[in-house]
Amino acid sequence: MRALLFDNTKCVGCGSCMTACREKNGLPEVKEPDLSADQFTVLKTTAGKDGEVNYRRMCMHCEEPTCASVCPVGALHKTKNGPVVYNADICLGCRYCIQACPFGVPKYEWHSVAPRVRKCNFCADRLAKGQQNACAEACPMGATIAGEREELLKEARARLAAEPDKYVQKIYGEHDAGGTSVLMLSSVPFSQLGLPENLPADPLPLLTFRVLEKIPPVVATGGVVLAGLWWLTNRKAEVAKAEGKGAQR
Amino acid sequence: MRAVRSVFWRVVALAILAAGAYATFLRFTRGIGSMTNLGDHYPWGLWIGFDILCGVGLAAGGFTITTAVYIFHLEKLRPIVRPTVLTAFLGYVLVVCALMFDLGRPWNIWRAMVWWNPHSVMFEVAWCVMLYTTVLALEFSPVVFERLKWGKALKAVKAVVVPLVTLGCLLSTLHQSSLGSLYLILPTKLYPLWYSPLLPVLFWISAIATGMAMVIFESGMSARAFGRALEFDLLKGISKVMALFLGVFLLVRFIDLGSRGALDEAFRLTGAGSYEARMFWLETGLLALAGMLVLIPKVRANPQALWAAGTLEVCGFLVNRLNVATTGLDASSGVRYFPSWGEIAITLSVVVVGLMVFRMAVRHLPIFGEAPHEAAAGRRTPRTAAYAQS
Repeated sequence: MRALLFDNTKCVGCGSCMTACREKNGLPEVKEPDLSADQFTVLKTTAGKDGEVNYRRMCMHCEEPTCASVCPVGALHKTKNGPVVYNADICLGCRYCIQACPFGVPKYEWHSVAPRVRKCNFCADRLAKGQQNACAEACPMGATIAGEREELLKEARARLAAEPDKYVQKIYGEHDAGGTSVLMLSSVPFSQLGLPENLPADPLPLLTFRVLEKIPPVVATGGVVLAGLWWLTNRKAEVAKAEGKGAQR
Repeated sequence: MRAVRSVFWRVVALAILAAGAYATFLRFTRGIGSMTNLGDHYPWGLWIGFDILCGVGLAAGGFTITTAVYIFHLEKLRPIVRPTVLTAFLGYVLVVCALMFDLGRPWNIWRAMVWWNPHSVMFEVAWCVMLYTTVLALEFSPVVFERLKWGKALKAVKAVVVPLVTLGCLLSTLHQSSLGSLYLILPTKLYPLWYSPLLPVLFWISAIATGMAMVIFESGMSARAFGRALEFDLLKGISKVMALFLGVFLLVRFIDLGSRGALDEAFRLTGAGSYEARMFWLETGLLALAGMLVLIPKVRANPQALWAAGTLEVCGFLVNRLNVATTGLDASSGVRYFPSWGEIAITLSVVVVGLMVFRMAVRHLPIFGEAPHEAAAGRRTPRTAAYAQS
């Protein structure tokens, strides 16, 4: 499983990742401060202990993606080697993915008559060719690096142990929302980066699956109960009718 | 006076439809973003909140009344079957029509039949709604067959009515509750006053109560519009069932809030969270008031008071569903959503079309118990004076 590790202590905010992403995906240059239908990754700044901290936001490529679990037609899915990809051809445009994503990642072409959901696709085509993600390749500082998830986790743990004062002692994405393919290290609290820290460690799709799996027993029990009640009340009506007739004779 | 009022309502309806037509034009030529207040932070608004969540709930009378009559053999309720099944059928057809506005790529809607994702609540809702609309069409078909005098078709449908109603009850239980399950995936986004693992149960209970309230509400409306209403005795019985389910709803709601420690949120009457608290009390107040009114014998004895109680319940229900769909998501989205004129125009147009079709159906089809077999099966029904007098 491929993954990305972003370490905001190494980022200088040059924007090479954004440029590479735009070129790779044929996106226009936009001056938007946030992710949008035309911007799959964004570089932002926040105040840290020793000056500004630059950080990236992009699709986290969850191990068990909420967006894929809620899509009624499976237009989004997690591929074997990591990327969560989207197929516009079968998408209904219900936007449940946008509503459900805990990271607020999928964006929509609101002004199109054939709107698509837009987000980072983890350079799935490049990965298939054995290349690395465009943003990781472009990063001159090694702030974004690509690799196997297990190896990147090892690397991240090593960094946390080597400089414990520099980092918040957590690898974001190791367990959050059930684990993600984009891992983050930070010198400031992750909530300051707009990453929710109150996500359950269980994958979110379990929340709905626990209910959906009750459907077969509900249908079976409900069916039996309804049939039983029908029989009982029907019998009661028949008996009443028969007794009524008997009395008349 | 009556004529003036009738002209007034026609003008209003025409104005709504004209605005709706223009909004439709914008929607399909310039995209959803051009005429709604929806955006990346607020992907679902009035169309999901009202047209779908409320629309499906308001049509719940369809499965509760048919179940009561065909499964529990409560023959007394038979006169209500036709009007409620018609309402439900129309309701579901309108829900599907409204969905065509909200879906970004509506031409792909059929794909839910082919590309399956059984892990998606939306997938389950889509299938249940599709199947249940078919069930409702079949349940309603005898009315049309009678009018057309198609004896064989009529016989065929009547032969399978009990399995059909059973299926309808199961499908409704599934999707009425699943509309609540849609929001289970938002534990960090939906405000604690509304996010609950019991959302599916709460949606199911409130749908049943509202199905009953709608029978009362519609009977009053059709009394005014067509001079036809349901037997008053019957409505009294229905109002008691409504009160029972409202009681259960409020009980479960407060136990749930208490056990999750979310009840404190209801008392944040100033500062952050006060908007949510006020909306919570509006919803709870309306529902509690409707339930308590019905418990007073004097209210049950007065057609207009009973109608008012039913209407209050419907209002409380609408506020509850819109709170889940919009109020509860304002804080996490950072947007104080209010629908645009275009969203409102399309929603109102859907309602107006529904009313117009209902009116036509009542005029041309044997809806209010004219059919001879209905009279044989139970008491002879309606044109009852109860409402017409008032």
